[in-house]
Amino acid sequence: MEPVLALLAGAMVAASVYLMLGSHLVRFIFGLVLASNAVNLLIFAGGRLDVSRPPLIPGQELQPTALLANSLPQALILTAIVIGFALLVFIFILFAKAYETIGTVDPEAMTDAEPPAGRAVAPQREHP
Amino acid sequence: MNNLLAIPIILPFAAAAVTLLLRRRPGLQSALTILAAALHLAAGCGLLYRVHHAGISVLHVAGWPAPFGIALVADHLGALMTVITGVVYGAVAVYSRADIRTDAIARGYYPLLHVLVGGISGAFLTGDLFNMYVWFEVMLMASFALLTLERTRAQLDGGVKYVVINLIATLLFLTGLGLVYGMTGTLNMAHLHVKLGMAAETAPVAAVAVLFITAFGIKSGLFPLFFWLPASYHTPPVAVSAIFSGLLTKVGVYALIRTFTLLFPFADNGLQGLMLAAAAGTMIVGVLGAAIHQHVRRILSFHIVSQVGYMVLGLALFTPLALAGAVFYLLHHIIVKANLFLISGLIRQQGGSFELARVGGLYRRRGLIALLFFVPAFSLAGFPPLSGFWAKMIVVRSSLEAGHFLLAGVAAVVGLLTIYSMTKIWNEAFWKPQPDADPEEAAEPAPLSGWMLAPVVAMALLTVLIGLSPGPLFELAQAAARELLEPAAYVYTVIGETR
Repeated sequence: MEPVLALLAGAMVAASVYLMLGSHLVRFIFGLVLASNAVNLLIFAGGRLDVSRPPLIPGQELQPTALLANSLPQALILTAIVIGFALLVFIFILFAKAYETIGTVDPEAMTDAEPPAGRAVAPQREHP
Repeated sequence: MNNLLAIPIILPFAAAAVTLLLRRRPGLQSALTILAAALHLAAGCGLLYRVHHAGISVLHVAGWPAPFGIALVADHLGALMTVITGVVYGAVAVYSRADIRTDAIARGYYPLLHVLVGGISGAFLTGDLFNMYVWFEVMLMASFALLTLERTRAQLDGGVKYVVINLIATLLFLTGLGLVYGMTGTLNMAHLHVKLGMAAETAPVAAVAVLFITAFGIKSGLFPLFFWLPASYHTPPVAVSAIFSGLLTKVGVYALIRTFTLLFPFADNGLQGLMLAAAAGTMIVGVLGAAIHQHVRRILSFHIVSQVGYMVLGLALFTPLALAGAVFYLLHHIIVKANLFLISGLIRQQGGSFELARVGGLYRRRGLIALLFFVPAFSLAGFPPLSGFWAKMIVVRSSLEAGHFLLAGVAAVVGLLTIYSMTKIWNEAFWKPQPDADPEEAAEPAPLSGWMLAPVVAMALLTVLIGLSPGPLFELAQAAARELLEPAAYVYTVIGETR
């Protein structure tokens, strides 16, 4: 099972790098989603995979009696998903606002925070 | 009494909640922020006192023993960083009262500031790698919102780049963390020290270590990963850029120091050369970038990059003196850099611009600001007897002792070039006459705000104090370096026995 997940995560990272290198912010967002899910799969596989061994402890016992699936990676992934989701919402809004204000989705064309080309000394607009 | 460890983390979040409730009362919000910052500083000092006199303290949150639960750990480094966080928190809290405009306050400036400090304190005090990731995210989220709070074109542009590169850095950190967990089955840093030390194969460990270098290198602005920093740090309000410049990149440096002493000590992997080269590149490129710019905050941003090189050089040399130098440099730099950004706000307020071409004559009109600029600026450049002189001297001396003469030379030359940039600001903003001066305007400069002046004066005094009497701070930095190089005490305190 692990090799399959490893290949899948690799393919997802490759696709996400391709998307992120494009000159469109929305592509970047899709790339980011793919990359963060690939990392989640990696953590999942890193915790070792097991089939049909629920992490349950029988009634009177205080400790597990047999081998069971590792539940910690799931907790880690859940945390990462929740955080990733919040960040995703934020960057959607940020990018939308940036598009609305600056009028482009091409990061190369966003130069408002940079000094004008070739003239680092020129006076610049700044926040009032 | 180990609950003291949780106070620097809980306090800012409590303050965030209360200031959120008081969102229609900016005056009250500001007063509460100053109070919270003072309490945070006091808690940090208490923590440092305890660590210095009673050894490393650890709090097993909710009573779960390590390595199963999350441990908060304060050693000398963590406690010192918490104290310095309190200093910057306080300075920015006071300065914000005059600097932050009411619409930014209405959009939640104060709660975000508290969340940011809570995340920073958490990152300094946690003993768990995954928990550190969570604090990084808390901190980043607040910094994203603070950076783009006023929604100007420049802020949105800088914000997009800052957000993008930082998210990638965080993903790299998470990847490294997942792989470390897969190799060892633990996330507690003390436990990881033991487990990674026993690893049969060093090649995979070194590969993961490179992921950590890249992730934290982006966050701390290491060459060649620093480009986002000068592209965004000059856009937010002055108080925000002061706390960013003082603390955010230094969290990256702290994380590098922590992981590369505890998890991947340089003795075992072939990464020392890489780190030394990165440090040299960071120093040189940062200072050259600063040399060509004519905008006060851009110059200062490039100097953050250049100065991070000195700290990483101290870490990469990996001798007791060099590590003590790195810690000393870190502490001195946070005070000086945050102060310089605060002073850039004074220059803008009195001179009307951050552009050096448009300001001038401040020495004549406002001698006090000139004096206040002189102290941190020439401390940054390493003038004796200011704090930066001692910091640079320790780092240069330790590289000479380690036989790295070239690196010592680079560090010294970069110091000289730093003087060039600082002199440039001095000549342009203070010395030269006011360009196209309006006689009426020149006769009546804007009144200086006490809220802006007080934190600047306090931090300048702190710089002079460290410069005149570096002994106590150096002693603390040496204690921190000893703990970092001999992690046995740290490990024993956290997980009991060396398993």
